[in-house]
Amino acid sequence: MRTLWHVIVKELLQLRRDHKMLPLIFVAPVLQIVAFGYAVNTEVRDVPMVLVDQDRSPGSRDLVDRFVSSGYFTLVATEDTPRAIDPWLVSGRGHVALVIGPGYGAAREGGPQAGVQMIADGSDSSAATQALGYAAAIVNAADQERVRERVRLALAGGDVTPPGRIQLVPRVYYNADLKSRWFYVPAVLAMILMIMTMLLSAMAVVREKEIGTLEQLMVTPVAPWQLLVGKLAPFAAIGTLQVFLVTGVTTLWFGVPLRGSFLLLLGITQLFLLNTLGLGLLVSTLVRNQQQAMMAAAFLVMIPMIYLSGLIFPIENMPRVIQTVTYAIPLRYYSNVIRGIFLKGAGMETLWRESIVLALMGTGLLAIASLRFRKRLD
Amino acid sequence: MAAAVELRDLTKRFGDFVAVGGITLDVQAGEIFGFLGANGAGKSTTIRMMCGLLRPSGGSARVLGIDVAKDPEGVKRSIGYMSQRFSLYEDLTAQQNIRFFGGVYGLHGPEAREREQWAIEMTGLRGQEHRLTRELPGGWRQKLALACAVLHRPRVVFLDEPTSGVDPLSRRRFWALIDEMAASGVTVFVTTHYLDEAEYCHRLALIHAGRLAALGGVAELKQVFAGHAVLEVECPHPADALDTLSDAAWAREVAIFGTRLHVVVEDAERGAQQVQEALAATGNTPAQVARIVPSLEDVFIHHVEEAEAQKAAAARR
Repeated sequence: MRTLWHVIVKELLQLRRDHKMLPLIFVAPVLQIVAFGYAVNTEVRDVPMVLVDQDRSPGSRDLVDRFVSSGYFTLVATEDTPRAIDPWLVSGRGHVALVIGPGYGAAREGGPQAGVQMIADGSDSSAATQALGYAAAIVNAADQERVRERVRLALAGGDVTPPGRIQLVPRVYYNADLKSRWFYVPAVLAMILMIMTMLLSAMAVVREKEIGTLEQLMVTPVAPWQLLVGKLAPFAAIGTLQVFLVTGVTTLWFGVPLRGSFLLLLGITQLFLLNTLGLGLLVSTLVRNQQQAMMAAAFLVMIPMIYLSGLIFPIENMPRVIQTVTYAIPLRYYSNVIRGIFLKGAGMETLWRESIVLALMGTGLLAIASLRFRKRLD
Repeated sequence: MAAAVELRDLTKRFGDFVAVGGITLDVQAGEIFGFLGANGAGKSTTIRMMCGLLRPSGGSARVLGIDVAKDPEGVKRSIGYMSQRFSLYEDLTAQQNIRFFGGVYGLHGPEAREREQWAIEMTGLRGQEHRLTRELPGGWRQKLALACAVLHRPRVVFLDEPTSGVDPLSRRRFWALIDEMAASGVTVFVTTHYLDEAEYCHRLALIHAGRLAALGGVAELKQVFAGHAVLEVECPHPADALDTLSDAAWAREVAIFGTRLHVVVEDAERGAQQVQEALAATGNTPAQVARIVPSLEDVFIHHVEEAEAQKAAAARR
């Protein structure tokens, strides 16, 4: 126990001595949250729209009004022919174009079928998809209203009443306004914790390998577990401090609600840290120097984990095979935990499964890493 | 009294490469035992096997009676090891290093404080103990590394090239410390490629290409030239002279030492005359041919050449 304490003290002294690392540990998380909180916004509003109205009827003017007043589209230009649209889309000054063909107004008043075309810049596919969705809703709403109006007129005087109107009334739970900020900012906590603790643990062991002190430690009676626990404990403590810091900024600055228990969050975070520290250690047993540790940790472990965890890209959209792979990723469970606790107020009654998986995976990873870490050079 | 270190046919292979090819020797308690050889001769590999850092491919190493391959942890409390690379924490102060290594060796209480004071005294770091290790001059750092390796009063100390890159004065002081330790009964196993340092050792092992080329005290080793004479030859073109004399059957060994040649012959007087004649015949008349007392370097070269010749003979067969 005393030996373990000596290792922890030494690690802390070295951390304190590193004047560049220390600020990085606490400034980097804040920078990341701010970046995500302000810059990452997947809500599509005020899409610049080019209009080609070949109909010029009261009906077409009504449709254009509906587009502009929806808030989703802003009229940036009016052109006479569809051919004139291209330059707007190429230059990026317009993202979509609304082409109302001749006969739209007449169709509304009972004429033959007419079409309304929406041209979207697909180079930003997700924004284009959302804009097209809004556009379809607006056109359909206008169409339905006219249909109902005409049915009412046609039936006027008869003893048949027109069909009642059925409307979908959406209500979104946990994030009523579907703010992407609420979705992403808690995710930063998971990323920060993973990146920091994993890199720190991977580097700490490899650095000693590189400067030769590990060889010196191997001839001392220190037990491998004392060395590993002593080296990793300070990083677990740093990770825990970061939970406080990130939660503070997330709730106080960005107003993201913390509906569940903070203590539960701290508790499950410890289980997640077993995974990240175990992975870091595992990387350190597989590489020779700090550069390799950095590359391996970043490109073989962290980036794939972030992509496949559902933290940013929804798992539901992934192919079956990939979806199966995501079950092997600790970050997947932790991101469920974080979003559950922050937004849904989830407690142990729903998060027990994630907790068990994280605990099992974490101890497994640490066990494999410690087994690979021997007090031998060959 | 049992030997402090017993190596029996100790072998280490890395794939097809034989780094250490069957070394057998004993080191007595309290002895300063020098392990002499060129870089890559297998010195560090041997020392690492004795410390339990590498598993021998064959043979055995017993330190203080314990088989290191079977029980590597068993010897760690009783041995000290100083690796070839400087291996203290440069971002900690001298005192923090001493306390950390004392701690991992299990020192505590009054003993830890007493050993810390001893280390500061012995390294001459009094007043400097709060300086960062990376800021200390090379000689001091080396002494600090030695102090940290022996804080727990090991009975056997392994030093791997402890004085490489250290100035001559510091080297002398460092050897004085080693002498003191040996005098107090500690067994010191030290590798070096400085031949002058070998003179400090009680006994030496010459190692060449992973094999033991010679073993014995300094005076004993020089006995290989008994019945022969070593001549030092000064001539205008030493490289040409090397070619000329290497072809001569009567010159048993020829080697270049700086601008001079050392030639081993049967008889000093006749040999000197033969050298004179042979070189004069090629227009390379020597300025001086004199008999000298053979140095350890002559001994070393003699054994290396002998080992190479045996290897070549074996290859021909």
